[in-house]
This record gives sequence, structure tokens and C-alpha cells, in this order.
Amino acid sequence: MAAIAAADDLAALDRVRVDYLGKSGQLTAQLKALGALPKEERPAAGQAINRAKAALQEAIDARKTALEQAALNARLVGERVDVTLPGRGQRSGAAHPVTRTLERIEQLFANAGFSVEEGPEVEDEYHNFEALNIPAHHPARAMHDTFYFPDGRLLRTHTSPVQIRVMEHREPPFRVIAPGRVYRCDSDLTHTPMFHQVEGFLVDERATFADLKGVLYDFLRNFFEDDALKLRFRPSYFPFTEPSAEVDVQCVKCGGAGCRVCKQSGWLEVLGCGMIHPAVLGHVNIDAERWLGYAFGMGVERLAMLRYGIDDIRLYFENDLRFLRQFG
Amino acid sequence: MRFSEAWLREWVDPPLDTHALADQLSLSGLEVDAIEPAAPAFSGVVVGHVQAVEPHPNAEKLRVCQVDVGGDEPVGIVCGAANVAAGQRVPVATVGARLPGDFKIKRAKLRGVESLGMICSVAELGLAESADGIMVLPAGAPVGEDLRAYLALDDHCIELDLTPDRADCLSVAGVARDVGVLNRVDLRAPRIEPVAPASEDVVPVDLAAPDACPRYLCRVVRGVNAAAPTPLWMRERLRRSGLRPISVAVDVTNYVLLELGQPMHAFDLAKLDGGIVVRMASDGEELALLNGESASLRADTLVIADRQRPVALAGVMGGADSAVGADTRDILLESAFFAPEAISGKARSYGLHTDSSHRFERGVDPTRCITAMERATALLLDIAGGKPGPVTATESDAHLPPPREILLRRDRIAQVLGLDFDDAAVADILGRLGMALTEADGGWLVTPPPSRFDVLLDVDLIAELGRVHGYDRIPVTHARSAAATRAPLEMAYDPVRSRRLLLDRGYFEAVTYSFVSPELQALVDPEQPPLALANPLSAELSVMRTGLWPGLLQALRQNLARQQNRVRLFESGLRFRPEGEVLHQEPMLAGAIVGPVLPEQWGASARNADFFDLKADVEALLAIAGCADGVVFVPATHPALHPGQTARVERAGSTVGWLGSIHPSLAARLDLPADVQLFELATGGLGNGPRPTFAPLSKFPSIRRDLAIVVDETVAFQAVERIVRAAAGELLRDLMLFDVYVGEKVDSGRKSMALGLILQATSQTLTDDEVAAVVARVLAELRTELNAELRT
Repeated sequence: MAAIAAADDLAALDRVRVDYLGKSGQLTAQLKALGALPKEERPAAGQAINRAKAALQEAIDARKTALEQAALNARLVGERVDVTLPGRGQRSGAAHPVTRTLERIEQLFANAGFSVEEGPEVEDEYHNFEALNIPAHHPARAMHDTFYFPDGRLLRTHTSPVQIRVMEHREPPFRVIAPGRVYRCDSDLTHTPMFHQVEGFLVDERATFADLKGVLYDFLRNFFEDDALKLRFRPSYFPFTEPSAEVDVQCVKCGGAGCRVCKQSGWLEVLGCGMIHPAVLGHVNIDAERWLGYAFGMGVERLAMLRYGIDDIRLYFENDLRFLRQFG
Repeated sequence: MRFSEAWLREWVDPPLDTHALADQLSLSGLEVDAIEPAAPAFSGVVVGHVQAVEPHPNAEKLRVCQVDVGGDEPVGIVCGAANVAAGQRVPVATVGARLPGDFKIKRAKLRGVESLGMICSVAELGLAESADGIMVLPAGAPVGEDLRAYLALDDHCIELDLTPDRADCLSVAGVARDVGVLNRVDLRAPRIEPVAPASEDVVPVDLAAPDACPRYLCRVVRGVNAAAPTPLWMRERLRRSGLRPISVAVDVTNYVLLELGQPMHAFDLAKLDGGIVVRMASDGEELALLNGESASLRADTLVIADRQRPVALAGVMGGADSAVGADTRDILLESAFFAPEAISGKARSYGLHTDSSHRFERGVDPTRCITAMERATALLLDIAGGKPGPVTATESDAHLPPPREILLRRDRIAQVLGLDFDDAAVADILGRLGMALTEADGGWLVTPPPSRFDVLLDVDLIAELGRVHGYDRIPVTHARSAAATRAPLEMAYDPVRSRRLLLDRGYFEAVTYSFVSPELQALVDPEQPPLALANPLSAELSVMRTGLWPGLLQALRQNLARQQNRVRLFESGLRFRPEGEVLHQEPMLAGAIVGPVLPEQWGASARNADFFDLKADVEALLAIAGCADGVVFVPATHPALHPGQTARVERAGSTVGWLGSIHPSLAARLDLPADVQLFELATGGLGNGPRPTFAPLSKFPSIRRDLAIVVDETVAFQAVERIVRAAAGELLRDLMLFDVYVGEKVDSGRKSMALGLILQATSQTLTDDEVAAVVARVLAELRTELNAELRT
């Protein structure tokens, strides 16, 4: 037994086992010697030897388990790593805040059953202006500083022409949003010559201003993740809608108390909307007696600015990694 | 439109404070842009009477004035203004007064003479940017009265940002009418009485373009003192409305423009030859304008002319030659109606924009000419005297806008707004807006007032109902739409999924301008002429990009300049490629990378990304792009790319993209590192491939055989792969390339490729003989086709 306890590795232990229990071990030899004993002594002696053998085996097994455990423990200690080291491999990049916002807007409207359509960015006067009830020399054209090409084509000043492009080739009802780049010949602290809009419209046998309010309440409350967000609909003017409204949300920065972001007004203008003007439906040969529609449009940069606290619109197009990294 | 709150309240005075009034205006569609005090804060300034002016004993330019400020005795005030004179009423900042800028008036000694206050100029009171001498008040100004009270300075200037449809609110009268409607308060319009003519003096008028000008009123006023000063009250109102007082004739017409919305003009009668002809200009006619510029006229432009020449750009600006000057004695006042279609766009086409053109373009009430004429005559006579002739009105009834009758159907209101109005509410709101209603079948026939050029259709009336009722009181409802949901096809190219994939592979998303500099464009894509803008913001942004690389390379360069050594950018957007008459606007996905494959980290050696790192990203993109029918990479050349490291991406024989290392010359021109890697995919050519189809799983084990073959260095792997697949046939489950070696262990000009073939049958376990036969077939084909040998 002392030899078992003294065995300090598995090999030494095995040598002890062979010494006592192996083919030529001491106990094996004693068993072999049983034949030499008188007949009546043999059973008792045999039992004694077998007991000793079992006890020995048990002790060896126990010792073996202990030694294996110790060996495992020693290995585990050796294999310890610094789990606070950073992981290896590629690291994810980050979406541009404008596309990130566009995707959220698309998702929210997709949930409401709107499908996504796109249109050309180099447009013609007809789709960008005339079909939207903005004839030449209309004062509303002065509100759009338009980039032109020598042949009279232009860079679309809004995503509204997608309304026309969708409606002129298909039959109502429609439920569509049209995201994309738009262009205005304007560049200063608060304007870039290119920016993004999302246009949305619905044409159906039933469509009311009250329904339009419903869609926009849902969208804006989901977008700003505030079920109690207050909205304000102000009468406004767009040639392609009547009635028209601008929509303000309660300032998402100060909650309406007045701050620098909302210029102390407590409100932020976030989109324009209205009921599609009968003249627009007329341009695409849709019977304005039977079909009614609403439309809305929003600036994506502005929504992203409000959502992420970006304070300079020009940062969007500088593509500085230090800026982009913040939106991972 | 800017106006004084006090002026508006003279017309209509609802029980609302300034801010409540502004909110109400904004919420009714007349957006308040700014509310500013009529004068900055100051106190302690009173009306003083200059009793005596003496020279200062010690200073040539100073005077010592004795000024009665309503106290027991006059006070001595030292004044430096040249225009101070005994007998004047002047604003005096008394000792203790605070002037704008928190300037406190103290008892002071100026060059040894005590001064108990300061006589103020308009600039010192914050009423103007600059001033020439002290402000002189009217002779009747009550001495000792607080100046703020005397000038009613506790007023606000309200700035409206009006939408182009609401031309009817481009006057105090117009805003007042809306405020009256919103608050159910009656208007207190000033009484405007006709001025009786004192002579028979008239000027003949010929309407030669009656569709553009169907109504022209004018009136002769003789013996006017055109140099008479405009009274302070009028100057103050003009100032608070954002107009600079100029001279009595101009000020009176401007005042009427602000008050009633009717643009008017005053001619010096002596400078007119004969009578007035309202006609279209002849091409090339010259007109010297009031602003000092000269316009070369076009035949589409309406002018006011005399018998000889144009004297005004109708509805836009008067001419310099016939303008009223200080020595003018006889004036011809004009009050006309010009059709919006005739005026719109004209001012802009001559580089002009005036208060007059702003209004005529949007529409001025054609019935207001006469009221405005009487108002202007009365004001002019009051201030500058003179003898008026009769008003002559020259009209073409056939060309005046006819009154409109609009059918408003009861049920249409709820169809559009989602809110029912009862008949009384409709009649009340429209009636207060000045519309005449008569009952009609199912609704009303409505005649809007002539000032409302924007009300043409039933929806315009419905919009008015909604606006006056309040948009916030329209309910919020959720309707089910009959429109079907249109979802993208399963195998369509998914732009969102593709962007996500690149983000997950360490790319950052860029958004660059769609217009770029022509030089950069030509460097990157010299063979494709771009579409140039007619009116670019700058030369740097003047042509439409024919691909996304110019913008990405620029962004790459800017980031490298900002000490970023590892830049991975992608962008999605349109490219613009003109081809004859056709312009292709194609959606692209493009990327540019430079620097280490992995971000700097422990346990991984730093290695700069090369062609194959980029290719892995492109392959990953293509793998999810619905192109299972096959995309191949073909060695090719592209002007922007390294000729030995360029692949064209082909699908079904058409090019769908490019990838490669930047051309060293382009890298040098753009001051970029030589190992920039670029890709672009025309995403319109991706997607819509076959969807996955299930193949039964084999129950039998697969067997792998590895072959190392040696081929010429010029042999493309794609050729090896094609031959192996064809030769191995349907037993080949998978093929891997696990090593490529060029070096001393193979002959010069040759390379070794190590291939792993996974073979498996669906109906049995392959025998060694079957496997050996496949391998032998593969090797034989490789030997025949590519002169390949087995490496030993």
C-alpha cells in the first residue's frame, strides 16, 4: 500500500501493479503456490489472497484516478489563455447613416404593405414638373433649383416623378414607396447639391386625409420609437397635392420644451404630404372620380440627423471613416 | 411677407397674444418664419425740444444744446451731429437711460462742458443700420413723452413664409381677412373714400395686349411736392415691413402695396411722351431700369410704353427715365391688373425679382385696382399736395378673369378629408372666406373671391374647409387597402443582402456625389464620354459619373490623407452612360480597398490585400446574388486596372462587372498606393438565376484523390477546372485547388497545381478500379489539352 501511495505518476503506479498483480507478481505467485498447501487450508488462504488482491486493485484504481485528475489539472493550468485579449479575424464595417435610415424607412413601410419602386435620376421636365402639375414658369419651379443638361433633361429635384412613372404604366390600386437620390443646385452650410428622399403614395377607391394621418402617425412613431410622439399637421402647398400639409413632430431632442435643434419652437418639420391632386391623376389617365390617393415625401438626411444627432449635413458626403465608423 | 403686428391689429384684433397669433397663423397655412421686436430694448428715451444751440467753447465740431425734456428746466446736452437745430423735436436719452447694446447714459463732461444726456440717431436707437445725424421728430411730438410710447415701438415684425398659392395674403388686408376668419372676428378696414377729381386732366391709354393686361387704371396728379418728407408713421410702417423709405411717391405706392397688396407705379408725367400704350415689347428694345441696369427686351415681355418707347417692365419694374425725382411736379399713378401667365417667369428671365413681380406672378385681385388708386391718391395729396384728375379705367372685359363657379358635392368632402361637415359649417367657413354659395344638387355652387387665384376645383374648397376647421381636428384613421403587396422575387438580386455582406466583410459604406470632375472621370474611364451638366455648381462637380470608381478613389485618397492606412469602401448607386441618344442609368455596386487584409491585431501577420482578397469578396457577393447559373472571371484589360491583374466578370456572355488592381499609372496620377483593389458589378445583370433544386443525398462513402499536376505558367485554372470536371463526369462531387507552386522544384515557365477530387456515386460504393479509371481519364485529358504532367 505504501508503494501505491508513493507512486507519483501513472508509470510508477503501473510498475507497482505489475509487481503485485502481474503474471509474475507477488500475489499471483502466492495464488500459484496454493496447491502446495494442505487441502483444508486452501479455501481460507485462497480467500485471503483474493481479498488482498481486490483491496490492492481498488487502491491502485483510486490512485490512478487521483493521478489522472492531477495530470488533467496540470494540463488545464498550462492551457489557460487571456480571455480578455480581442478576438482575431475580420471586423464588421458600418452602413452609411443615410442608407441605414433608408432601410429602416423601407422596412417600416414594407410592414404597412408598401412596395419599393425606383426611378431614373436623370429625368425629363414632364415627369419632374409638368405631370406633377408644375407647369413652366410656375412659382413652385423657383422653389426647386434645378440642375439641367444641355438637351433639356434634368436631375430630378424630388422623388415624386416616380409616382408618375409607376402610375402611367399600371392600373390602380397602388401602394408604393420610392426612395432615392435627388438633386438641387444649392450648396451651403445646410444644403448639399445631392440628398435623399423617400416618396410614398397610395391610390385606392378609398383614401382620405384621415387615413394619410393614420399612416404617418404609425410611421413616425415607429421611426422615432415613441408611441406617444406628438405630430402637427400644418396646411401647406405642393402643386401635386390638395389639400397639402407639412408635418412636424414634437422635438425629439427636447421633447417640445424648446432647444437649439428645434430653434426654440418645440417642433421639427419632417415631411410633406397631401391628397394627390386630380390634375396629377388626370395626367396618367386615372379617373379622379373613382380613385383617390395620398402622397408624402420626406428628406432622409434630416431624419438621420434627428435620429443620430448629426449636426452637419456635409459630413454625409465626405465619407470620412471616423464618421462612418460611428454607425456600425 | 413681413408686416407690423400693430398694423395688423388695426385691421383685426383677436384676443390672442403675439405668440398665440403666430401659432394660429402657422397652423392655418401662413407659416410664421420669425417674430422680431420692432425695436431693440431701450429705456429712458423721451421726446425733447431743442430750445437753443450754442457752439462748444473747446471743440469745433461739438454743440451745446439746451433741451426741454419735460422737466422743470431745460438740460444741457453736448451734441456732435451737424443737423441739430433749435426748434427741433428730438429723441433724448436722459441720464439713466439704457440704449441698445446695454449702453448706459451717465452724466458726463465733454471737453469741459457738462452733458446731461444724449440726442439720439436712428442707428443709436437700433431703428436702422446707419444714420446721417440725429433723428428729427415731427414738430407736434409731445415733449417729455417716452419715445417707445410715442412711436408705438412695443410692436413686433412678423415674417411670413408664404407658399406660392397664397398670394392673397401678400398684404396686411389679406392676412387680416384670414385672421378674421380663423377667430370669427370682424375686420376694421380703414375707410377708403373716392377722391374727387379737381381737374379733367387725363392721359390716353391703349391696351394693345388685352390678354396680358385687361385692366389699366391711371390718374394724373399735378403740382405735387415730390420732395416732401414722408411722415414718420409711414416710414415706421415701411421699415417694420422690411422696406426702406425712399421718397414720397415711392413710399406711398409701397405703402399701398403692403396694405392692400396692389402693386402700383408712379411716373413723372413730364417724361411721358403722349399717352400710355400697354403692349408687348419688340425684340431688342432697350429699357433703362430703376435699379440702374439696362434690359434688352424680348417680344414675350409686356411693357408699359409711351408713344415712343417702353417706360416700364409691366408688373416688374419701372424705367429710370420716367421715374419720379425730387423735382417732379406732375405724377401719373398706375394701378393695373396684369395676368399671372403674362408676368410669371419674366422677372426671373431678366435676373429680377421685385415685390411687384412677386405678387403679379401669383395673382393680384383684379377688382382691387380702384381701391388702391383712391387710397394712394389720398395719401399722396395729404403728404405732397397736388391736384388730382379723374381715374381713367381702360378695360377689356372679355380678358378679365371671369368669376368661377365650382360645384362642391357634400359627399366629396368626407371622401377626401375623412370627416363629415354639416351644411351649416360649410356655409359658415366658406362664407367667412368671402365665397358666395348657392344650393345645388347634392351640394353647392361656390364662387370664390377674385383674390383667390388658388381656388379652382372642389378639392381646393375642401382644402379650405380642412384648413379653417383645423388639420389637427381631422381624425386619425387606419384603412385597409385593396392594393396587393408586391414582393421581390426569391432569386432577384437583393441589394440589402449584398450591402450587409460587404459590411460583414469589413467594408464601410460610402455615398459620393453622382457628379464628378471631368478630369478624374477621364482618368478612370477615358473611353466613355460622360453627360455634362449645363449649370454645374463647380467644375469639380460638372459631369455625371460613368462608374462609381472616381468617387470611391477620391474618398480613399481623402481617408489615406487622414492617416487611415486601411480603407475598405463600397457604394451602391447609378452610373450614367450616354450611348448615342440613349442614356443608360444603371444600378452599380462598387468597392475599393487598400491596406492590410485584417485590421491590425495580435496573432495575425499583417499582409496587404491583393487581387485574390478582393476576388474572395466578389465571389461571396456573387454567391448570394442569385447567379447559380454561372459567372466566370475572364482575363481582360481595363484602362483603370493593371493589365495583368484584371478580370471581367461575365454571365451568359455579357459583362456584369470588373475587378482588378489599380493601374500603376492611375495610382501615380492620383497619388494613391499601387495596391488599391477595385471592383464594380452592374447589379441589373445579377439575380434571377435558377433557384436551388434538391438532389438526393448519397448513402455511400466518398473517396478523395489528390493530384499534383505541372502545366505552363500561362494556363488558367479555369481551363484546368473545365477539363477536370468534363473528364471526371458525374462521379465528381467536388473539386478543390489546394496549392499553386512556382519555383525551383518545377521547370522554369511551369507551375504546379495541387487538386483534390472528391468522388462519390449515388448507387454504390466506388471500387478502387473505378476511381483509378476516373483519375486516369482526368490525367489523360489534362495531358492532351494542356500538356500537363503528373508531378512526381
